Order: sequence, then C-alpha cells, then structure tokens
Amino acid sequence: MKLNNVILKTTTQVVFFMIFLFSIHIFFAGHFSPGGGFVGGLLTASALVLLLLTYDLKTVQQLLPINYTTMTAIGLLLSLGTAATSAFLGDAFFKHYFDHFTLPLFGDTELHTAMLFDLGVYLVVVGVTMIIIQSIGGDE
Amino acid sequence: MMDYFILILIVLISLTMIPIIYRLVKGPTAPDRIIALDAIGVCIIALVGLFSIYMKTSFYVEIALLLAILSFIGTTAFSKFLEKGDIIERDNSN
Repeated sequence: MKLNNVILKTTTQVVFFMIFLFSIHIFFAGHFSPGGGFVGGLLTASALVLLLLTYDLKTVQQLLPINYTTMTAIGLLLSLGTAATSAFLGDAFFKHYFDHFTLPLFGDTELHTAMLFDLGVYLVVVGVTMIIIQSIGGDE
Repeated sequence: MMDYFILILIVLISLTMIPIIYRLVKGPTAPDRIIALDAIGVCIIALVGLFSIYMKTSFYVEIALLLAILSFIGTTAFSKFLEKGDIIERDNSN
C-alpha cells in the first residue's frame, strides 16, 4: 500500500525551515535571555524528527548525510576544549572571556567564548537525540 | 479595565480546558484523545499569549511559538501512528 501524503509533505517543506530558523534564533538568544544550546538542539532535533515522520530513514539519510556519532564527538571535543583552554592559560577552569569587536555588518559586537561551549552543547544534543530516535524508530 | 478583561479571558479559557480534559480521559476512541490533546495545546498557547498581554511584555511570545511547534509535531506523530501503525519508516519507496 502506497500513500501519497500531499498535505503532510507540502506542510513539512515549509514548516521544517521555520522550525530550523527558530532553533537558530533560540540558540543565539541564549546568553542574556531564555534559550541556549540545549533548547536550540532539541528544536533542531524536532525539525529532523518532522522530516523523518514525513519521509523515511533512507530518504533523510540521503538528504542529510550526517554521521550523528561524529557530530556528538565533535560537540564534546568543542565543549571540553573551550572549558579546558582557560585552565591551560592559567585561569580557572570554565572561565569565560569576552570582548567588544567591530564587525563590518553588525557594528559593535560583544563576542563570548561561552558561545563556543554552547555550540558544543548544541551539537551533542542534536547528535544524541537523533541517535536515540533513529535506533528506536528504525526497529522492525 | 483592560486588565480585568484579560483576567476574565484567562479564567474562561482555563475553564474551557476542563471538558477537554474530560474528553482526554474518558474519550471512547483514540482519535478523540488526540484531538483533545491538540485542543489543550491550542488553549495553552492562547493562555500564554493572554498572559503576555497581561504582563505587558513580549518575552513569552517565544514560548507560544515553541508550544505550537511541539504540539504540531506531536499531533502529526500520533496521527501517523493511528493511520499507518509505525511512526518512522525504514524505506517507503517500494
């Protein structure tokens, strides 16, 4: 039996990008307001779950050829590396540095090293969630 | 004046959720329960929006968007489970 879910597929093609953009917004909002790497990662994972719901495991794997195990490893390395760098520089473990820079398009911007740590958390959350969902959902 | 209006609306929408929860618990069939869950999601989104107006801040609007996304994905997953039996398929090209 083959069903052609026109409504679901058309909706997903629009809503996937909306959820993904919102997750990026939540990820970057996370320093001074609610949000951050964890929530952003969960939202990205839910966007990918919506893609998995509409299509199937094989199509999504061809569409986004991401090895989620490697993604989790890179995220852990980034988080621990950011945390440990300050220890090697003679400061406390997890100390975070920030400074003001003048970027061409954004003007005066405050850049933090905490954002690199958050990026690691984001990658770990997306990777682990997708590994769990793929290994549970792929069972016959 | 406007504050009382918003408060009355919040109370009314909260009361609306009681029969929906009755349908969620009692609901004879599974589709009844799924639609009840979706309606509870819509009610909570409306409550968050009204609360945001009441507090005169736009801080809570993101929560409404987040709840809408989660409610949509949940309803889609439940509906696909009812319709097809399995939620994530391995290969549906054949």
